Amino acid sequence: MKKLKTMDENVLRLTILLFAFLLIAGVTKGDSFLKVSIFQTMGKQLSEYGLMAVGCGICMISGGIDLSCVYVANLCGIVAGLLMQKSGFPIWAAVIAAIVTGAACGAFNGFLISCLKIPAMLATLGSYQLFQGISVVISGGSSVGNIPKAYSAFGSVTVMGIPAAFLVFLAIIIAMSFFMGKTVFGTRIYLVGTNAKSAMFAGIKNKTILTGTYMLSGLISGCAGLLSLARINSAKADFGTSYTMQCILIAVLGGVNPNGGFGSIPGIAIAVLILQMLSSYLNTFPDISNYYRDSIWGIALIGVLIINFTLEKRKTARQAKMN
Amino acid sequence: MENILSVKGIKKSFGGVHALKGVDLTIRKGEIHCLAGENGCGKSTIIKVISGFYQPDEGSIEIDGKGYPVMTPSDAIRAGVQVIYQDFSIFPNLTVIENLAFNQVLANRKKLVNRKEFRRIAEEAVAKINFEVDLNALVETLPVADKQLIAISRALLENAKLIIMDEPTTALTKKEVARLFEIIADLKKRGITILFVSHKLDEVFEISDSITILRSGENVISCPASEMNEEKFAYYMTGRHFDTQQLGQKKKKGAFGETVLECEHLSAAGFEDVSFQLHQGEILGITGQLGSGRTELSLSLFGLNRPVSGRIKVEGNEVDIRDVTTAQSLGIALVPEDRLTEGLFLPQSIIRNITVTRLDGLAGKTGILNSKTVTEESEKWVKELGVATKNHELPVQTLSGGNQQKVVLARWLANRPKVLILNGPTVGVDIGAKYDIHTLLHQLAEEGMAVIVVSDDTAEVIATCDSAIIMQGGRMTGRLESQDLTEANLAKAAI
Repeated sequence: MKKLKTMDENVLRLTILLFAFLLIAGVTKGDSFLKVSIFQTMGKQLSEYGLMAVGCGICMISGGIDLSCVYVANLCGIVAGLLMQKSGFPIWAAVIAAIVTGAACGAFNGFLISCLKIPAMLATLGSYQLFQGISVVISGGSSVGNIPKAYSAFGSVTVMGIPAAFLVFLAIIIAMSFFMGKTVFGTRIYLVGTNAKSAMFAGIKNKTILTGTYMLSGLISGCAGLLSLARINSAKADFGTSYTMQCILIAVLGGVNPNGGFGSIPGIAIAVLILQMLSSYLNTFPDISNYYRDSIWGIALIGVLIINFTLEKRKTARQAKMN
Repeated sequence: MENILSVKGIKKSFGGVHALKGVDLTIRKGEIHCLAGENGCGKSTIIKVISGFYQPDEGSIEIDGKGYPVMTPSDAIRAGVQVIYQDFSIFPNLTVIENLAFNQVLANRKKLVNRKEFRRIAEEAVAKINFEVDLNALVETLPVADKQLIAISRALLENAKLIIMDEPTTALTKKEVARLFEIIADLKKRGITILFVSHKLDEVFEISDSITILRSGENVISCPASEMNEEKFAYYMTGRHFDTQQLGQKKKKGAFGETVLECEHLSAAGFEDVSFQLHQGEILGITGQLGSGRTELSLSLFGLNRPVSGRIKVEGNEVDIRDVTTAQSLGIALVPEDRLTEGLFLPQSIIRNITVTRLDGLAGKTGILNSKTVTEESEKWVKELGVATKNHELPVQTLSGGNQQKVVLARWLANRPKVLILNGPTVGVDIGAKYDIHTLLHQLAEEGMAVIVVSDDTAEVIATCDSAIIMQGGRMTGRLESQDLTEANLAKAAI
């Protein structure tokens, strides 16, 4: 019980929401929804944009945003794919090259934002065009296929029924939860995101923190690109462009404050699960056309913002009374 | 003389919190009445009750002999009550004319804009207080004092009989305060009653005819200003007796330890050619008006305003303070001027706010924080400085100004600095916490820390510092030591 109390309120709320949703889905569509194969598909899909949401989420916690996640992921996928096509190029080296590319893209974003003081939204809006452009040039505008079997097999491997991609997602979530919650660097990201000026007066090196944050976001997006390369056996410059909005939606649903300074990685992880289930659940209704999906996401985002705002206001009032 | 306002037994609670526990307030026609009290004593709440913004739970309100069982904001305005809030409630993006004329035009339900009429109303308004201002200027481009005068002119347009001013001098310079007081005195002559809300001693004595003091939602005393003195005032506000004698004692030159910090012909953006020495155990004041370079000088010592020429020496060694981290490693700490935007991480917990400068030390080489170590460190400082909180996991914004300032202090004291610079250490802090902070500074100096107090509040500098530097227009115009540090000498040096 004490454990429950110390748990983040928001994470608790999301967990309850997740189980409530599972219950409803189980009761209404038990036969077609609660199947291992459906959960396996969900596990593979959510890993990719789930990772991008984490990347975008930490940037939002630092007081900015990263709109370039999807394009960094595509660029990394293309880099890895092209390298793997070359005979004799070791797969592991291609993977590392992709991750380094991701980190470099992130560092570039961080440089624009922290050194040149360009607002994060504009900086990453501009850089995503750049990254997409590079992707188009090096891939010749077509999809990069012919991935070695040894690598693409990773997309279908399961460990005790759990897709390997999902395990990668889980490992990164755990690592990032620890990083944001327990390390000095993570704590500083929260503080810079709350008030960059106060952070400067408190001796925090804002440039280092911000560059590091965006670099990390790029690195995580690179991992997402590698996962999708394995799953669909190819990479393309304009793959998954609708994920950008979804990442922001997930981060906010997961409790990240769009103004910076607040949010937790476990919250984002649970939000990913909820959203993927909602999406798969809607698929089980053949009458609901895909055209409705955008409006449903839109309603979800606005609804979450309203709920978070009201809860935050009440919490502040309650805390003010406590002191 | 009859009463313009008489409220009796006003009670008001929010949720379970009793903000007002039966307040009586009687103001006679044509007087300047001061309402004083510490933060959270209910000053703002009673103003909002008088202006019809809040409905009291109990009690009666009578304005100009007429009782109001239920009073709405428009009742209050019709009865001639005007409130000038701290933010003045003006539109920064509109011109002076528009700000002045809007209310009237709206009240007359006119749908079309007549520029000529606007101008006429505005001219009439500023003429009432002999206020000279460019009527076409955007209000946001004007100094704070002018914004306030616009708010006053606007209040007069509404045929105000009682003008309530909520802490009107907070953001004003001395000159501006003097001008405001002239205007208030003039308004009084014309039979307008003023309710002046403040917690600044000297102002209260200077201007008011009578005083009412509130403490935690109750009135403790109402009396003519002539019957009040400084000691009583502080006592009624806080319920505590203060020994200010000891704080006023100054150490003589030579009673200090070794030189810790030395500036030689230091120049940077905002100031030029400043030289001084600071010793262990010394409390040095740096005083001057806004724009005198006092803040810029303090920032240069903290690595936030790079010097262009001159030298800074710490313990005899010349140093280049490139950034805050360098300053920190040299043992220099700074409590910034604006607690809310520069000092604190408002929505974050008290723990995070206290331990922010100590994270590296607490984590050790691994960079991993143990939440127990962090919590203990924070608890230690909360106790040591007497931060009044029930739970240090709450956001720091739930604390009062004085306690917030203690949190910023704790953050730097934890680093055991050799030089502690405080910029406006007691701005927006109530008397009790102010006394606590001043006592703490003396204690730290006693232990050998060198302290710099940067402040435009000369009373504070005289009361706490051993010596002081006077700055004006970016230059150092004098230095006063121990017994020479008096109000008269400070005024002389500032010219």
